[in-house]
Amino acid sequence: MSNINIDNQNINLEISLLLEAIFNKYGYDFRNYSKAHIKRRILHRLSLSGLDNISAMTHKAIYDKNFASQILLDFSINVTEMFRDPDFYFFIRKEVIPILKTYPFVKIWHAGCATGEEVYSMAILLKEENLYDRTQIYATDFNAKVIKSAKDGIYSIKNIKDFTRNYQKAGGKESFSDYYTANYNSVIIDNSLKKNIVFSEHNLVTDSVFAEVNMIICRNVLIYFNRDLQNKVMNLFNDSLVPGGILGLGTKESLQFLEKGKNYNCIDLKNKIYRKKYNV
Amino acid sequence: MSKKYKAIVIGTSAGGLEALVKILMPLPKDFSLPIIIVQHISPDSDNYMTQYLNSVCDINIKEADEKEKIKAGNVYIAPPNYHLLIEENFTLSLSNQEKVNFSRPSIDVLFETAAYAYGSTLIGVILTGANNDGSKGMKLIHNFNGLTIAQDPKTAYVDNMPLAAIKATKIDYILPLEKIAELLIKIHSGQKKKK
Ligand SMILES: C[S@@+](CC[C@H](N)C(=O)[O-])C[C@H]1O[C@@H](n2cnc3c(N)ncnc32)[C@H](O)[C@@H]1O
Repeated sequence: MSNINIDNQNINLEISLLLEAIFNKYGYDFRNYSKAHIKRRILHRLSLSGLDNISAMTHKAIYDKNFASQILLDFSINVTEMFRDPDFYFFIRKEVIPILKTYPFVKIWHAGCATGEEVYSMAILLKEENLYDRTQIYATDFNAKVIKSAKDGIYSIKNIKDFTRNYQKAGGKESFSDYYTANYNSVIIDNSLKKNIVFSEHNLVTDSVFAEVNMIICRNVLIYFNRDLQNKVMNLFNDSLVPGGILGLGTKESLQFLEKGKNYNCIDLKNKIYRKKYNV
Repeated sequence: MSKKYKAIVIGTSAGGLEALVKILMPLPKDFSLPIIIVQHISPDSDNYMTQYLNSVCDINIKEADEKEKIKAGNVYIAPPNYHLLIEENFTLSLSNQEKVNFSRPSIDVLFETAAYAYGSTLIGVILTGANNDGSKGMKLIHNFNGLTIAQDPKTAYVDNMPLAAIKATKIDYILPLEKIAELLIKIHSGQKKKK
């Protein structure tokens, strides 16, 4: 076997020891995340850190809490936007809202909500469809830092043009600027949109179900997990969703190959929107 | 050529669609090396490119799905606005992490993960393009003793990308597009005879 192959085997061994150390010490479990993704992030951090190798990173992660937090941040990809994939929201407005309207009270869980843009997008949509006042939204992420920004609801003014365009493409009915107040370089989301949202830390890998809900939105989170972990998280969602409940995934995610997939009907293939069957 | 290659990765940007047609169209239906491609495209383009390529080529061309197993005889194209990564168990992963080299999908992300997965059995091909995405990836492919091929910059629609790769590492073959297709076919048929 060539040296290069042995090197790569050793790198992989060092990575699994680092993940083991982080799990044992801090309780964050990345052992079933996509390995290629985790490896890229670790090697990137290694090159910035000035340390000699991954084992040195493990040592530092054990003794230096700040360094460990830095690694956790590296693993969590927080890229998001308002009305991301406008078509998704267009379909929700047209086809899903009428279903939700049949309930006296609606509970929605946004899992892996990052900095909250997705949650406020949903709040705007619900408000325009006169459903917000009887809705409770739980918005969760395992990254404390992004949950804090989500709660603040302050976004850079740079993004507003894109967000406005998305809002319009998503079938927005009002003027998007009604929903925020601009302030130098940033905008702050209107308080009326925040009142029925609870933001909290929740780890999909290690925490359990906390409520029965009518709709779960979990977009662009499962792609970072391997199949086993996707199945595990899907069990969690399945336990939380009422019969007939709605599940919205990211554009490139799918229930097709997951064990619990058979419990669901796909109601929009392009936007990956599913409905839980009644008799399961 | 005694080595057995297991996969081909191709990266391209400006002028890439035409270049890809010239490489993929000549490949025979039974071309069994999987090919994984990153072409820089606008984030909100649909899958027109994939459909078009599939309609004009003999081999099967599809957009990459997450966690999909890489199968012989398929060509996989990174979806717009996602990075495409290769797992060491030969499945595909997608990610929407920040842009790399101002690009998502990024060629370096594909090439570097492919190099770790396939080591010396990988062929990396860099074609026309306006930035230097892919050159770090080509370097890693070379370091793992994989085969490196660049489009001859003189024949490229935009020469920056092949030039950057040639500057970054040792390129085994620098060829015009038609010759790259011929070389891939030759490598493939040589391997088939052996087994
Ligand atoms: C790419 S963002 C997706 C944001 C938003 N849902 C969207 O589609 O625009 C992925 C989010 O998943 C979160 N995440 C990753 N692993 C998680 C876990 N185990 N539990 C909860 N959230 C997680 C990350 O912190 C990150 O904020």
